[in-house]
Amino acid sequence: MTFVNHYPKAARIVKANFIVAFVALGIGGFFGLIQALHRTDVFRGFVSSVEYYDVLTGHGVLLALVFTTFFIVGLYQWGITRTLEREPENLTFSWTWFGMMVVGTLMAVIAILGGLVPGSGISAAVLYTFYPPLQGHPLFYIGLVLLVVGSWMAGGDWFWSYRKWRADNPDARIPLQTYMVIFTWLMWYICSLGVALEALVLLIPWSLGIVEKIDPLLPRTLFWYFGHAVVYFWLLPAYFVWYSILPKLSGGRLFSDSLTRIVFIFFLLLSTPIGYHHQYADPGISLVYKMWALIMTLVILLPSLMTAFTVISSMEHGARQRGGSGYFAWMGALPWGRPAFVGCALAGIMFAAGGFSGMINASLNIDMLVHNTAWIPGHFHLTVGTATALTFMAITYWLLPQLTGKELKFKSLALAQPYTWFIGMTLMSNALHRQGLAGVPRRVSEPQYAGIDYEVPFGTMAEMDWQVAIGGVILFVGLILFLVVIAGTWWAGSAAAEVDDHIPPPLSGPEHSPRILDNLKLWIGVAVVLVLIAYSVPLAEMVMDGLFSPGALPAPV
Amino acid sequence: MHVHRFEKLWIGLSLFLIAAFIGIVLFGFTVMDLKVPGVETGETVDPMTVMTEEPFSQPGVRKVSDDHYEVYMLAQQFLFRPGTGQPLTLPAGAKITFHMTSPDVIHGFEVPGTSLNSMVIPGQIATFATRFPEPGSYGIICHEYCGSAHHNMQGEIEIVPPSEFDESNLISQ
Repeated sequence: MTFVNHYPKAARIVKANFIVAFVALGIGGFFGLIQALHRTDVFRGFVSSVEYYDVLTGHGVLLALVFTTFFIVGLYQWGITRTLEREPENLTFSWTWFGMMVVGTLMAVIAILGGLVPGSGISAAVLYTFYPPLQGHPLFYIGLVLLVVGSWMAGGDWFWSYRKWRADNPDARIPLQTYMVIFTWLMWYICSLGVALEALVLLIPWSLGIVEKIDPLLPRTLFWYFGHAVVYFWLLPAYFVWYSILPKLSGGRLFSDSLTRIVFIFFLLLSTPIGYHHQYADPGISLVYKMWALIMTLVILLPSLMTAFTVISSMEHGARQRGGSGYFAWMGALPWGRPAFVGCALAGIMFAAGGFSGMINASLNIDMLVHNTAWIPGHFHLTVGTATALTFMAITYWLLPQLTGKELKFKSLALAQPYTWFIGMTLMSNALHRQGLAGVPRRVSEPQYAGIDYEVPFGTMAEMDWQVAIGGVILFVGLILFLVVIAGTWWAGSAAAEVDDHIPPPLSGPEHSPRILDNLKLWIGVAVVLVLIAYSVPLAEMVMDGLFSPGALPAPV
Repeated sequence: MHVHRFEKLWIGLSLFLIAAFIGIVLFGFTVMDLKVPGVETGETVDPMTVMTEEPFSQPGVRKVSDDHYEVYMLAQQFLFRPGTGQPLTLPAGAKITFHMTSPDVIHGFEVPGTSLNSMVIPGQIATFATRFPEPGSYGIICHEYCGSAHHNMQGEIEIVPPSEFDESNLISQ
């Protein structure tokens, strides 16, 4: 008896979300392979250097927005259902939000892929940041709004369950997994309001031709109001896994319940007011706000550094339970032969490296050396591309038997997959970081310019290009391994005799954590005040000279 | 609430690291004069008319003093004016202040091998200053995706000794 037997309705919702997520992962990952070979001039036969931007848009949207959102919604539905011990309150409502997210995704994908079909008259090569005045087809913007609003309704579904649970359990502490879901989604409501306003008020009327001109800075600023918090929207579900499941996979228990709650509060408070650090190089935004964003950004390092401590000490506890000893030798006692553990642990190691390159990005004037260079994709392929994506893939190995009642198939392929990803990403990411230091730009189909010789700090440009290309191929192989294991288990897996789904309580439980940590109203209030401090004046300044002024004409792509 | 003493130590070290990073940035900002673009005058320009109005109707180099020159540059699909076709020629050693804007879409301005790096946004004027210490040649790359020929948008800066700098090409004030 496992999740699918206790909660068959919720299990179907989780599985439906996972299927969409993995289809998006497969297509988006293939686009990534095309880019790695094209940029480096190893092979340019898939698409032209103009169509590259359609592919790049597809890669960003399918992986950063579609794969993540669907997987996260599925994972959180699982967490809410099992910790509140309730099926969804109303299935019509649940399938409505799922359907809305699917329809939105299809609209956006049609708009993007239209660009690869000559004569279709539809295209949206605006990349996943869709900065106007570059203009995509209206389907693109409308689709993305439906995806976001669908995810809001998914959150509404969980708050509905939470209220019902609270009525039955007036004095109980919020279960830890539910707590993490609630705080992620409160943050998501606050930040995605920015992108929803951008699309609904500015971009959709403009792409439909109802207004002619657009002020490029205002929508760009609203995008980044959303655009940094969205990285925590990707990351917090990985933290959810690292805090609530990884200690158990290591053979132990979570170190501290209360510190987990504090870390999630930090992210609710600080994720949104720091969006300006993506606009350090922008004219028209005062240095005062950039400085404020700098300080807040570096402070948000604290909850991630605390996470590093908690996760590693939980793993150490697990290793010692398994017979490990010594200062460092305990690491050898960890279950390095279990795919779910290996994926999460390797994702954590890569996240540490990504965190350090992120500190460079955060550092205002030092960022001028790397802003919009290949360093940036080098950075976020460690964070969202590994910390998030590899954790999601790895935990699927552990979740799928609970959702299907079947035993994981091709276990050796599943074990090889995280190591494959780790090797591929090590090659690709180190080379992208170093190319960035040499000034190679990101987001360009041919970063080779006549008459411009990059000064490479160490290594050679050819060697780095080969690392990117080979790394990209290895990552794609890792992706195929994952999809084979998942598809094999789903359709050809044999019924599992016993499914491992037990999560032991933390070493220091909620009885040691202050009640104020569960005061949702208080933390929402503080978060809103911090957002107002960071954004009210600059947004008012941009809006005061007219919503669409200074206006530029659309440039369809 | 129980916090392990190792964790207290770790949090203390983390706070120190954060303070050190903020300190390094502020040191660079004040002592080393490493600045980033911001709001210079608070004025915006109309992207529809910017190419027909002073000063961007005459992009190019203007002299402020013997030690200070200003460059008014347009980034537009898919060239830098000045910079693409003919190199932008500037004297070594002098202070150079760039003023940039775009009449069409968002572009980027990057000079590989330097910390010159700015977004160019229609409606806004990006202002930043530098000195090129030695004569030599630098490339300019548009590092923000700006449309189908983005990968062809590049330019060149030629730095010459002050004695060889030809002032006859300057834009008169």
